[in-house]
Amino acid sequence: MGGSQDKPQLIIDGKRTDGRAPGELRPIKIEAGVVKNAKGSAYLEWGNNKVLAAVYGPKEAQPKHIADPNKAIIKCRYQMAPFSSLEEHNRSGPNRRAIEISKVTKEVFENVILLDDFPGCEIDVFVEVLQSDGGTRAAGITAAAVAVASSGIPMRDIPYAVSAGKAGDSILLDLNKLEDNYSDADMPVAIAPREGEILLLQMDGNLTKEQTIQALDMIKKAGETIVKIQRDALEAKYR
Amino acid sequence: MVGENEEYMLELLGKGKREQERDKMQYRDIKIEMGKIPHAEGSAQVDIGDTRVLAGVKIAVGAPLPDKPDEGALITGAELLPLASSTYEPGPPTPEAIEFARVVDRGIRAAEVVDLKSLFIEEGKVWSTFVDIYVLNYDGNLFDAGTLASTAALLSARMPKYEDGNVIREGNLGKLKTSGKVTSCTFAKVGNTILLDPSGNEEKVMAGRMTIANDENVIRAMQKGLRGAFSYSELSSMMDTTFDKSKQLRDILNKAVGE
Repeated sequence: MGGSQDKPQLIIDGKRTDGRAPGELRPIKIEAGVVKNAKGSAYLEWGNNKVLAAVYGPKEAQPKHIADPNKAIIKCRYQMAPFSSLEEHNRSGPNRRAIEISKVTKEVFENVILLDDFPGCEIDVFVEVLQSDGGTRAAGITAAAVAVASSGIPMRDIPYAVSAGKAGDSILLDLNKLEDNYSDADMPVAIAPREGEILLLQMDGNLTKEQTIQALDMIKKAGETIVKIQRDALEAKYR
Repeated sequence: MVGENEEYMLELLGKGKREQERDKMQYRDIKIEMGKIPHAEGSAQVDIGDTRVLAGVKIAVGAPLPDKPDEGALITGAELLPLASSTYEPGPPTPEAIEFARVVDRGIRAAEVVDLKSLFIEEGKVWSTFVDIYVLNYDGNLFDAGTLASTAALLSARMPKYEDGNVIREGNLGKLKTSGKVTSCTFAKVGNTILLDPSGNEEKVMAGRMTIANDENVIRAMQKGLRGAFSYSELSSMMDTTFDKSKQLRDILNKAVGE
């Protein structure tokens, strides 16, 4: 979201600046089990995004006072590497944006992981964005879902995430950084695909109700592709 | 384990009832008090039921963001003061406080409440607008109270002057240039029930939270929170309710700021 004076045209002759159709995803590649020390892990490339996710635990929750005697707690940290973006150098360490993304990512996994199976424990989910090009929280959740699944920690569903947005009157799937900077709306969403439940939803910009529904339909359809890539990555690991 | 209070809330909601006989899609009483802090450029205190928040606006000379050299800055913060609830503790902002501030900020920014272009002074110098939300008593639904208080404080804020390197904050001043208005509606999901404007007791038992910020025409920001999930049709009906109920919020806001 920006909209400076020299706003580039995001759609020309029905094509986006990187040649995609409005409802088209960027290419996605996932490899499971790439961090040897972790219980589960995944490396994901999504367009120019490069994300590493790893899961540790379940282990005794530390410090002890945060433990829940009835279920596991999840700790989650999303972080962008200082060298990850084409533009500026990001200071390392959690900024306010990263703290919020860590929180909403944690909430996605609190929904799907069977926390009751591990009372008093913690499960750690780490998402490191090594290179960023828009949509990193969605890429992070999609990667972390494969990491958790590959760890064997029981989940009731494997979530995926992707964003949709708006440029002019067109609804676009999976905004890249340039599109995100100049779009009229951006809406990252995480879905539990089995029932189509919304686990994460954020939006800013301007959307009518109808445009929101249209964006959600696009996200649902993209789920078929993303879920298959996640499954293939898990199958490749255990083949 | 759920405590006694939580058990009672679940039982009550299970019977289709709310505290104080409230309907599911009914706000508690809302009150806005303007100008509580005359030293601030703008201020507003909002009560929604027993929740009370105070928003204060300060405007200071600062440097623009590198990617927006011709625009002023908007910086929103929120403090969950320890005096406001036995569950709040002193210390650096928690993820909850940061999320709260950022959701309010996104609504205000997306609805263009502040005309950031009007805050340009000269090359390398712009006005920075600081909105700080103080929670004075917590009884649920901070997001709607915070958005209402922040918007009201901004709509009423005085605009300082910059003359010969000095900032003039008193005397004959104009108003901060604003161009939009935003309010938000927050819903809690408890079991399969959806409630507008959750109280503190209801928030203790809610699984999921959804905030939708809008103006008269469009949705400006949304945020789903907590582990509970929402279906597409639930979201659709919450959008409808938001467009309906926000009329009431805008009326209260307009009255408070004298429009």
